[in-house]
Amino acid sequence: MSALEASPGRRGSRRVTVVAAVAGAWLLAYLGNTPLWDLLVYRVAGLDADSRLGSGVHFFLADTVKIVLLLAGIIFVVTVARSFLSLERTRALLGGRREGVANVAAAGLGIATPFCSCSAVPAFIGFVAAGVPLGVTLSFLIASPLINEVAVVLLYGMFGFKIAALYVGSGLVIATVAGYVLGRICPPHWVEPFVYATTLRGVPVAPGQRLSWDDRIALGREEVGKILRKTWPYLLAGIGLGAVIHGWVPADFFARWAGAGNPFAPLVAVLLGVPLYSNAAGVLPLVEALHAKGVAMGTVLAFMMSVVALSLPELILLRRVLKPQLLATFTGVVATAILITGYLFNAIL
Amino acid sequence: MDIKILGSGCANCHTLEARTREALTELGLDARISAVTDYPGILGYGVMNTPGLVVDEQVVLSGRVPSTAQLVQVLSAAAASR
Repeated sequence: MSALEASPGRRGSRRVTVVAAVAGAWLLAYLGNTPLWDLLVYRVAGLDADSRLGSGVHFFLADTVKIVLLLAGIIFVVTVARSFLSLERTRALLGGRREGVANVAAAGLGIATPFCSCSAVPAFIGFVAAGVPLGVTLSFLIASPLINEVAVVLLYGMFGFKIAALYVGSGLVIATVAGYVLGRICPPHWVEPFVYATTLRGVPVAPGQRLSWDDRIALGREEVGKILRKTWPYLLAGIGLGAVIHGWVPADFFARWAGAGNPFAPLVAVLLGVPLYSNAAGVLPLVEALHAKGVAMGTVLAFMMSVVALSLPELILLRRVLKPQLLATFTGVVATAILITGYLFNAIL
Repeated sequence: MDIKILGSGCANCHTLEARTREALTELGLDARISAVTDYPGILGYGVMNTPGLVVDEQVVLSGRVPSTAQLVQVLSAAAASR
């Protein structure tokens, strides 16, 4: 620390001011977004709000800005909140707990722990080799991508609080139950033997994790930049496709073959979604457009869940530690749980 | 100085390695950099969140890619404590 830097108290209050100012600007931009595009697209550019072109262009512009704002705001908040937890701490919290209770905890911690999907394999080994039961570890690994903050935020932005809450709730149930079931039916030798032979040395809590508020805020900013840079092509493609569907596809087009009346719709949605690999940001604008044109909510959510929870690249990665039998059972159990959720939602919503 | 980059070869690990080299050049330090890509090896350092940075067999960072400026701090602190 140099003598020129302000005292900690001073820096703290300046930090609060900056964060509050940014939050205020964010809120203003979010609330003013639709009126602004109403004005620009319909008044200034003179497009007809009832025409295909007019509503398509308006949807594209307003949705792009809304989604980018939502993503930036929530990723920042979530990253800062998550910086208080680490995989090491999560493992310590899960160790020595009874199966069942531990599955619930693992699903919950799957949401809260900062975790990149490229660390799925080392995390798996680290948990299992430290004695966390297989099923509990799997509950964690299912919940983490499934209840992803980007997905939840976008659902909230597009369908409102009720749907977002339902998604989180059912995601927790799926991760808990699927992990528990897998823990019951899969024998230990379905895991590659080297996992159990791995010795864990080193410190239990990684150094460099003692972060100051400035570090946490910097982490949040970096993460927002990283995710936006990574997702913008998907976002634009998804929203663009959504805009085309909005403007040009008749309102009941999908209702005929993928509405609540078709019992096979959720099945087809899950079968399509499992191998597909995309982030939530890419699928959701498409999902919104499909729902607007008559695809049932449960079908849409099942599609979305199967896209984010299971993907071919992830399964190939997990093959390093899971034998084919376990990998197949894993995919089957998770896909079935998602499918049941889809049917349930179609029945009650 | 002996530096190891832990990670199975994803983009993050390559970025970390590149920035570590930049930081070393900036500090004028000489180091041997190697990559640990096998999972038991990575876990052997207790690292679950890749990428990880190991300096003289001590884990100094894991789970994120720091900026070059942060790496300069971390590496000069590690060099000073030798």
